[in-house]
Amino acid sequence: MNAALRLVPGHLLAQAMPLDPGRHHMLHAAAPQARNIEWLYWVIFWILFAVFVLMIAAFVRAGAKTHVEARHPLPVLEKDDEAERRAGWGVGAALGITVITLFVILVLSVITGKRVEGLTSKNPVTIQITGHQWWWEITYPNSQADQTVTTANEIHIPVGTPVVVLTNSKDVIHSFWAPNITGKRDLLPGYSSAFWFEIDKPGTYHGQCAEFCGLQHAHMGFSIIAESVGDFQAWQQQQLKNAAEPSTSEAIRGREVLLTHACLMCHTIRGTDAGSRVGPDLTHVASRNMIAAETLPNTAGALAGWVVDPQRIKPGTQMSPNPLAPDDLQAVVAYLQTLH
Amino acid sequence: MRHQYPQLVILLGAMTVLGSCSREDRILRQPPSADETLNTIQISGLNPGANLIPTPPSSNMYQESAYAVAEGQKLFEAYNCVGCHAHGGGGIGPPLMDRNWIYGSEPGNIFATIMQGRPNGMPSFRNRIPEYQAWEIAAYVRSMAGLLPKGVSPNRTDQMSIKPAESSTPEQTPTGITGVPEQPK
Repeated sequence: MNAALRLVPGHLLAQAMPLDPGRHHMLHAAAPQARNIEWLYWVIFWILFAVFVLMIAAFVRAGAKTHVEARHPLPVLEKDDEAERRAGWGVGAALGITVITLFVILVLSVITGKRVEGLTSKNPVTIQITGHQWWWEITYPNSQADQTVTTANEIHIPVGTPVVVLTNSKDVIHSFWAPNITGKRDLLPGYSSAFWFEIDKPGTYHGQCAEFCGLQHAHMGFSIIAESVGDFQAWQQQQLKNAAEPSTSEAIRGREVLLTHACLMCHTIRGTDAGSRVGPDLTHVASRNMIAAETLPNTAGALAGWVVDPQRIKPGTQMSPNPLAPDDLQAVVAYLQTLH
Repeated sequence: MRHQYPQLVILLGAMTVLGSCSREDRILRQPPSADETLNTIQISGLNPGANLIPTPPSSNMYQESAYAVAEGQKLFEAYNCVGCHAHGGGGIGPPLMDRNWIYGSEPGNIFATIMQGRPNGMPSFRNRIPEYQAWEIAAYVRSMAGLLPKGVSPNRTDQMSIKPAESSTPEQTPTGITGVPEQPK
């Protein structure tokens, strides 16, 4: 249905975006809710397009008529009841059509809102998303504490399963926005809220904080990975494990450096003494595609640069610079890369 | 004598005054830690020769920057100082809301206390907390006792407030505590 509404201008609009539109675009819906929003967008687009065409046609017609009449001597102004009456009807009719059009749009908006809100399920996947300056803490709460998965910035969900998202924020107002999936939702500090979404097209979608939240607001991204139920469960089982024991001497040294420097003041690595919850959980950091809230690829070079001088990459970020000796830094990076 | 152009005078006056305003700089990339100044740190105020209490890299850098003090406030929570000192009221650790402290209330004393640790429970955060952050925490701790100017002390916290903001805390002196001499009236 959306494809039919798109036609040519729609396709042009839907491509006009610097990022990969399949990952971050309101008009590339990958979820039933986003599809409803996209449908509303196109309906309003075509209604307004028709209004625009009619208005321009009326202007052109009025202009042409005045032009013809201006050649003749100026008419003597006298009260013309017939013309007054016709003009009155014309204005009245235009007013009526405008009100009806606005009312139609209002009703469609309400219907779309109901459809978007209507998603519910008795057996959803529950995710807790907590906004931080400037990253996203993701937990999959479970009544058993040792079955709770904690990760950061990458949300894995099973495709075709409704997800209920519990929201909160640690510091300021953030806004969760994955345009391919659903509308924006603000995360308010000290106020728990919830919303639903469901993705029916497997893939990796990009999201972004949509409420200005400080210096690194623009680099506060996240991704949603929609995968098959089997893949999701395998991922979840892997995330539940403690951090892998390092096997090489370099990685063992890296863990030692990590546990004797500033890293452990903020980060958790389950299975070690690092247990602080100020920064992202690093227990399975190597399993993520990106680091620093979707700012850098998860490579050895990027990790090293981020550890040494995060203030150069994201000025103002909460992570402090870590002037480690070169071999210590290599060891820490080697250790982080074993944390699958 | 009357001014012929009072508006002009007012405008020029306003421009002169506005020119004196400057935005506080936020230093985001802090200088790297200097290597251990800590062996030279003293605890007692009595010493032969020169006074070796460490001074901040630039004496006003942290105590006169509202941003640095606010960062210190955030770190005070993040590094779980509140676990023992609460929000200044003390608990497991001593309270920090007056100016008369066992190991001194100058920024250098507080820095040394954080970095070296102290007997009976204060851990050493050497190598754990970067030096600039320890100076920020020291600045914030002083604001809790009302030792910083009102303009740089924090006005609000990220948490529910249990006490008036640091910016409205007057300078406090200890009263009626055993072992601490009464202040002369």
